[in-house]
Amino acid sequence: MLTLQVNGAAHQVDVPDDMPLLWVLRDVLGLPGTKFGCGIGECGACTVHVDGKAVRACSLPASLVGDRPVTTIEGLAEDEVATEVTKAWLDIDVVQCGYCQPGQIMAAIALLKSNLHPSDDEIDQAMSGNICRCGTYRRIRAAIRNVAGAV
Amino acid sequence: MPVGTIAISRRRALLGAGGLLMAAMVPQGSLRATTRIVEDQTGPFAPNAFVRIAPDGSITLILPNVEMGQGIYTGEAMLIAEELDVGLDQIQIEAAPPDDAYITKALGTEATGGSTSTIATWTSLREAGAVARTLLVRAAANRWMVDPASCQTEAGMVRHGPTGRTLTYGELAVEAAALPVPTSPVALRDPSTFRLIGHAQHRLDGPAKVAGTATFGIDIRQPDMKFGTVAACPVMGGVLLHVDDSAARKIPGVREVLTIGNAVCVVGDHFWAARKGLEALEITWDEGVNSTVSTETVYRGLHEALQGPAIVAHTKGDAKGAIAGAATRVEAVYQQPLLAHAPMEPINCTVHVTAERCDIWVGTQVPMRARDAAAEVTGLPKDKVFLHNQYIGGGFGRRLEHEYVTQAVQFARQVAYPLKIVWSREEDLALDRYRPAYVDHLVGGLDAHGKLVGLSHRIVGPAVVARWAPEALLPNGVDDDLLAATVETPYAIPAMFLDYARREAPGVVTAWWRGVGGTRGVFVIESFIDELAASAKVDPVEFRRRMTGDHPRARAVLDLAAEKAEWGSKLPEGVGRGVALQYVFGSYLATVMEVELSQMGTVRVRRAVVAVDCGRVVNPDQVVSQIEGGLIFGLSAALFNEVTLEKGRVQEKNFNTYRVLRMNESPAIEVHLIDSTEDPGGIGETGTAAAAAAAANAMAAATGRRYRRLPLTGVQA
Repeated sequence: MLTLQVNGAAHQVDVPDDMPLLWVLRDVLGLPGTKFGCGIGECGACTVHVDGKAVRACSLPASLVGDRPVTTIEGLAEDEVATEVTKAWLDIDVVQCGYCQPGQIMAAIALLKSNLHPSDDEIDQAMSGNICRCGTYRRIRAAIRNVAGAV
Repeated sequence: MPVGTIAISRRRALLGAGGLLMAAMVPQGSLRATTRIVEDQTGPFAPNAFVRIAPDGSITLILPNVEMGQGIYTGEAMLIAEELDVGLDQIQIEAAPPDDAYITKALGTEATGGSTSTIATWTSLREAGAVARTLLVRAAANRWMVDPASCQTEAGMVRHGPTGRTLTYGELAVEAAALPVPTSPVALRDPSTFRLIGHAQHRLDGPAKVAGTATFGIDIRQPDMKFGTVAACPVMGGVLLHVDDSAARKIPGVREVLTIGNAVCVVGDHFWAARKGLEALEITWDEGVNSTVSTETVYRGLHEALQGPAIVAHTKGDAKGAIAGAATRVEAVYQQPLLAHAPMEPINCTVHVTAERCDIWVGTQVPMRARDAAAEVTGLPKDKVFLHNQYIGGGFGRRLEHEYVTQAVQFARQVAYPLKIVWSREEDLALDRYRPAYVDHLVGGLDAHGKLVGLSHRIVGPAVVARWAPEALLPNGVDDDLLAATVETPYAIPAMFLDYARREAPGVVTAWWRGVGGTRGVFVIESFIDELAASAKVDPVEFRRRMTGDHPRARAVLDLAAEKAEWGSKLPEGVGRGVALQYVFGSYLATVMEVELSQMGTVRVRRAVVAVDCGRVVNPDQVVSQIEGGLIFGLSAALFNEVTLEKGRVQEKNFNTYRVLRMNESPAIEVHLIDSTEDPGGIGETGTAAAAAAAANAMAAATGRRYRRLPLTGVQA
């Protein structure tokens, strides 16, 4: 039995040791905002925060999370940077199909929390692990810049 | 059983319940829309399939096309809301259920594809809104005993001008439901008075998508649901011989191992158990006749067909004579690879089959086909199959196929509980239905002034339509998708000969892929136009400009793109600028791209400037968005992608081997819209169609050599 701290609450889960955090979130805890895209850490759709850092939930066994706090797209309500980021996303209509966007948003928040005024190169570096097949990259970059300008 | 029978009896039941006819009051999620829909098919105006207003004031718009990123829920809601006179903040939206009322005529079924949605609904959805408003006004006028002409509508209410009295649409719903639907056309607004259409509106799906609360097919959860994942024979046409599941069944969380003719499904308490179980299976396949197919087999078959018989698809004038008499002869062969769709949301489908009914939760571009397939598998009548269409995490044509629904129902009917099947990304790539590989041979003749006098063109490749909609194959055996961008061009070409040698790809099923014939054809034609311009020693923009003849809209986008891209200005060493001009999906695009080639051989697209005339625009910023995204999607494929086969198996397994353009590789993109009063053209696929030709021409400009094979970073002939 594992105890996970997810979005500010403790959850006891009975799962195999090698089960990635992604599937615990989606299929056990019923938090489907974190998406499955590739299963090998290549696409970033499953990006969540563990201890405030962006990690690929598809490649992180839940048993290795320990008592570090996990935040998913569903757990952002009180977060000031997150509020600014989602607002910036909506202001310029970043999303298309939207499937990768929770991962993009989690990656962007992690970036902005460590560096509130990233350069374009820094944005590229932080965000290039997140694939968007709809090709919303230009708007994602613009939205991140807008947050940097707004805060 | 025809849907109509059921629907009409259902309608009678609903009539007594009150509520606007087109809007019977039935709980969310039921088939209330079906009721009026079918009856209204008999008349030219059928608003009822799209608008529903309940006495509680809720206004629901039922949208005939499915949202997969292209912004169609917002665009179609705007069309209805414009005429219904409601704000976008006053409505709720619903995905249309499978029903004849939502058939896209151009596609022959209820389908979202081919950039047809806005073209198909531009008039019909505005009429749907206008008819509804007309009835609501009449209902109010009746209640007040005034002339309907003295009433106006505004933001979901009717106002009587002289007295200032108002009634909300909800308050009028029951009375409006009792009124006969107008049999003659209702007036539509003059475009100069549009409040919504043509004015950028935020996407209706935006808030849910950024909050992570939008439900995609893969997110469905049902009581007692279990999770399955699948391995189908990796060689197309192969079948299952034997499976040893003893190890799999010992894995904690594994519940069942199910089989069908060509696939195995492991069911577990969660995807991870199912996945681990699948990996533990010992499966023996009979791989069948395709087990020796390789990429070389595919290309060899295509190139061989450049010689020998072919079907004449199009002729204009005496192209061969003109070429024979031309001052200069230009010739080229182009090759394009198999491509995967690889949408971000892997293939998935959730199904619950009981003795009485079958429920399907899935994102599909073809809901009616998916429903019909489920009826066939289960033996249930179609009206006992309930398909709940969900947000699609990327379609690109993949979800114009429904074989994964058929498969899911075949597994789910073996169990009592709802079963959610999710394919791994590896399964998604290995068992995709692929954009075909094609080879094209072109010969052009230039006169002494460098003017094109004749064009001869052979296309070799599969006819996707012959499988997808056999009745749409032209009587002469030509797939008219192949005529896109090749026969219908933005140019005045004095003489043309086009023939087609159909060669179905061995070992794979081929399918529609974003941009369809446009993506295929624009690469070939616009590459060749560039080669002709080079041979004529005329600037590529000027060469095209001279050919635009009676296509002023083509000339306008070309001039605009050239101006905005500073065509002709000096570029750094290693950077080339290329242009592509196209008329596909009823829209004109000119694209200028700048590409940088490093000493190391890496290719980077720096900048793309696109000028667009797609006629009247519904939601301008979403047009821009589609061009941006379409270009990126097209560039991923043009630069990097090729599905390869070895021993009948697809070799690309995941995003590490099927490379997708990332943010750091994406160009700056500028999109310029031309103000147009022409009827709308399609837009969702146009950017993708532009990508390869513009990039190839830019690379050629940088290096002085031609790039006739896709992907552009692959081996060139």
